[in-house]
Amino acid sequence: MMRVLLSLVLLTLAAATLAKEAPPMAEDPVLEARLMKVSKELRCLVCQNETLADSHADLAKDLRREVRDLIRQGKSDDQIKVYLTQRYGDFVLYRPRVSGITWLLWFGPFLLLIGVAFGVTSFIKRRRRALDETPLTAEEVARLKSLLPNESKRA
Amino acid sequence: MKARFLIPFAIFIALVVFFFKGLNLNPHEIPSPLINKPAPAFNLQQLHDPSKTLSVEDMRGQVWVFNVWASWCVSCREEHPLWVAFAKNNNLPIVGLNYKDQRPEALNWLLQLGNPYVFSVMDVDGRVGIDYGVYGVPETYVIDKQGVIRMKHIGPITPEVLQTKILPKVQELSK
Repeated sequence: MMRVLLSLVLLTLAAATLAKEAPPMAEDPVLEARLMKVSKELRCLVCQNETLADSHADLAKDLRREVRDLIRQGKSDDQIKVYLTQRYGDFVLYRPRVSGITWLLWFGPFLLLIGVAFGVTSFIKRRRRALDETPLTAEEVARLKSLLPNESKRA
Repeated sequence: MKARFLIPFAIFIALVVFFFKGLNLNPHEIPSPLINKPAPAFNLQQLHDPSKTLSVEDMRGQVWVFNVWASWCVSCREEHPLWVAFAKNNNLPIVGLNYKDQRPEALNWLLQLGNPYVFSVMDVDGRVGIDYGVYGVPETYVIDKQGVIRMKHIGPITPEVLQTKILPKVQELSK
């Protein structure tokens, strides 16, 4: 009887240790905070419009596990990003690197803004000059007078 | 003066060209940075014989196809008959990466659908998959005699992909 009881106790203990095997997410709050910070800048490749921090896809879980390991190994954020871009390409980065290909992506909008601002100011200037510089012809003055017969009376 | 009216038209044409190109791209096909890079090393247990392992080095000296599959993957089932036929008609080794799968399920799957692989290796925790940039099973790599990845196809293969992409590449590399 004693033996059965003992084995039962030992078995439940074993089950308890097994249940503890998977560490809870908040085991190391510092590590988790760092993981969240890094993975907010990374794209989940399965859902594409979600960050690695938000995604529930299996691959995202695996990648978070890898990132967690890298953090534990003392890798910097940049080293983690390099690890992922070596495997998945620049697409994993939500903030694309400035390079030959992404140059237009980064500075294109500003170029467009400068271009449009230049176009609009030159258009306005030209219009203003055109308004200033073209006086009415004698014919137009006569027509204007005929259209406004009461002007002299009002004045 | 006349040319000025052509400007909006030119802009319109440019937009049409951009949209035509852009909308025909598949956003799920992310170009792999691993093309023309050495295949990431692995040393994994074989599916059929757990006492043996297989590494990239073991395949050196021959052109081979590395196909990522899993018994839980629906599109793998779709492309599988093509690989079975391909293995019969070609003398090209296909190595399977059994991705995040269970041995009994995987073995059963191959028994039912046929086994085109010279070897299948087990990537239980998906780490080798990550090294290869796998994000959607099935994925297929063509690796040359020096162990360099020369081509990657994402998603299930089709007869067209086999004929126009994979076979020409293999023939080019086998020379």
